[in-house]
Amino acid sequence: MLKINNISKTFYPGTVNEKKALDGLSLELQDGDFATIIGSNGAGKSTLFNAIAGVWTTDSGEIYIDGENVTFAPETYRAKFVGRIFQDPMKGTSPSLTIEENLALAYSGGRKGFLRSAVSKKDRETFREVLAPLDMGLEDRLKVPMGTLSGGQRQAVTLIMATIVTPKLLLLDEHTAALDPLTAEKVLAITKQIVEERKITTLMITHNMANSLELGNRTILMDNGAIAIDLKGDERKNMTVPGLLELYRQVKGKALDNDRMLLSSE
Amino acid sequence: MLNSISGAVLTGLVYGLMVLGVYITFRILKIPDLTVDGSIVLGMSVCAVLTNAGHPFLALLLATACGAIAGLVTGVLQTKVKVPAILSGILTMTGLYSVNLLIMSDNWHTSTPTLSLLGASTIYTKAVKLFPSLDTTFVKIIVTLIICAVAVVFVEMFFKTHLGLSIRATGDNEEMVRSTSIHSDAMKTIALSLANALVALSGALFAQYMGYSDVTAGSGTVVVGFASVIIGEALLLGKKDNLSLAFVGAILGSVVYRIIVAVAIQSEVFPSYFLKLVSVLIIVVALGIKPAKDAFAKAMNKKARISKSAVKPKASAKGAIKAISVVLAIIAVITLTVVFSKAPEENENSSDSVLTTQEEGGMYDSNKIITTQSTEAE
Repeated sequence: MLKINNISKTFYPGTVNEKKALDGLSLELQDGDFATIIGSNGAGKSTLFNAIAGVWTTDSGEIYIDGENVTFAPETYRAKFVGRIFQDPMKGTSPSLTIEENLALAYSGGRKGFLRSAVSKKDRETFREVLAPLDMGLEDRLKVPMGTLSGGQRQAVTLIMATIVTPKLLLLDEHTAALDPLTAEKVLAITKQIVEERKITTLMITHNMANSLELGNRTILMDNGAIAIDLKGDERKNMTVPGLLELYRQVKGKALDNDRMLLSSE
Repeated sequence: MLNSISGAVLTGLVYGLMVLGVYITFRILKIPDLTVDGSIVLGMSVCAVLTNAGHPFLALLLATACGAIAGLVTGVLQTKVKVPAILSGILTMTGLYSVNLLIMSDNWHTSTPTLSLLGASTIYTKAVKLFPSLDTTFVKIIVTLIICAVAVVFVEMFFKTHLGLSIRATGDNEEMVRSTSIHSDAMKTIALSLANALVALSGALFAQYMGYSDVTAGSGTVVVGFASVIIGEALLLGKKDNLSLAFVGAILGSVVYRIIVAVAIQSEVFPSYFLKLVSVLIIVVALGIKPAKDAFAKAMNKKARISKSAVKPKASAKGAIKAISVVLAIIAVITLTVVFSKAPEENENSSDSVLTTQEEGGMYDSNKIITTQSTEAE
């Protein structure tokens, strides 16, 4: 479904702030793969998502989604089949629009024509159906402005928006990190249910080691703009959180030692 | 008094469409669009030329279309040339000054700053002829009211379509819009076009109603627009979230603004040339209410907690409030002195006709402007 070939991206090239954010990264996801991504701050996780979503064009390499070369396709084009959810619950929805209007933005798009009324009676039925499983009572509050909902509720609606038209690829960027533990658990459960039910190919960034092993079928450890470890199959099944932390330390330690050597020579 | 109030209602309705346009950019797109000062005159000039040529209806349509193009230019400057939002409006507005002079002149070499519609058939003269038994102002109000109602219904329906939702979301959360495969740049440009189309239609109606177009008549329009939007929102008493009501509120705000102005001028609270300062003060006060409330609440909270722990309150918060009120009082005294010392002179020539031209056009003598402008042209 997703094929990334040796992509690189350097920010502020030629300045003191030069930062190699992605360094020859390659990754392939099969249909229905659900991979979790872990890695320290600055490892390039969000940069990878930006590259896939097309926020900017990469410096080199190719990106294929469902066989289509989207390396140079703009963000708005890729958004038709790539769903994305951010950490900040405020980012995914439009606060002054009502719940149903937010859902309509994601749902009725090009399907109905731009000048048709955005929310029809039939749409409202659909929205009720997709909101009901959240068990938050939102299906009865369709006409409430989004801005009045809590962060967890907003993130849940964002999830519904991203998947109401089944995307080819779903990118979850620490989408539960800003929520309280209970709400986070709930949103994560809903995520798992939707992704598994609809077999959506998904990449999820997380800082929670336990989650990274529990959810999905692959765990990817990123470091310095590339993939350091890609766990799947039995190797992943037998992996424990302490074991993963040890791996993480080994990868990070090597990098730290290198850094130290570089810095001490100054 | 009644006469001037009905005149104010009519002026308010004519400007109502402009306020509707300002509402779209200022409140929905959340970009203060300064193109308005130019596009309202663009509407006037295009309308004046075509009305004088004997096409009053076509004049309104084409004026509206030209306004849309002006908005398009601002939108392209903003999204494609990446000019900052405020500056792109200023650029279009400034450029339009020359364009407006060109539209009103009959040849390339001279500029015509003012164009009269004296004797030309307008939608107002036609309507008055159609109902000769009714009061002229009443007929004019009804005609403008119908146009405003059609515009409000259209805008309301538009902002319920998918395109309309996308525009509203763009003003709200641009990042989210882009990740929902909507072209936010296109949405901004469309909204700016729609807004300036309404503004130009307002200018066109103004030209037909007042019987002239003047290149300087647009200065400060956007500030009046902001003030009217704020008054309209205040009238709706916090029902701001209801979008359908908000559009009606914009028109209503415009009418109330004109009534306030008419009453103030009639009762000689301030001379007509003070209008712009008053508009600015309305906006500053309206926007300042929330920060002032917050500061006050913070000060009270601090005071309550400090007195509880029996520490002498620091003078800062109290002192700041005192200082601000003293400054405000001084400003008020100065303003009042100036106003009242000037008031008698103003009285002698304040016949009704002077009042209206001054009120609508700004604070100039149109004859004087023509002479200065033509010497400039030579």
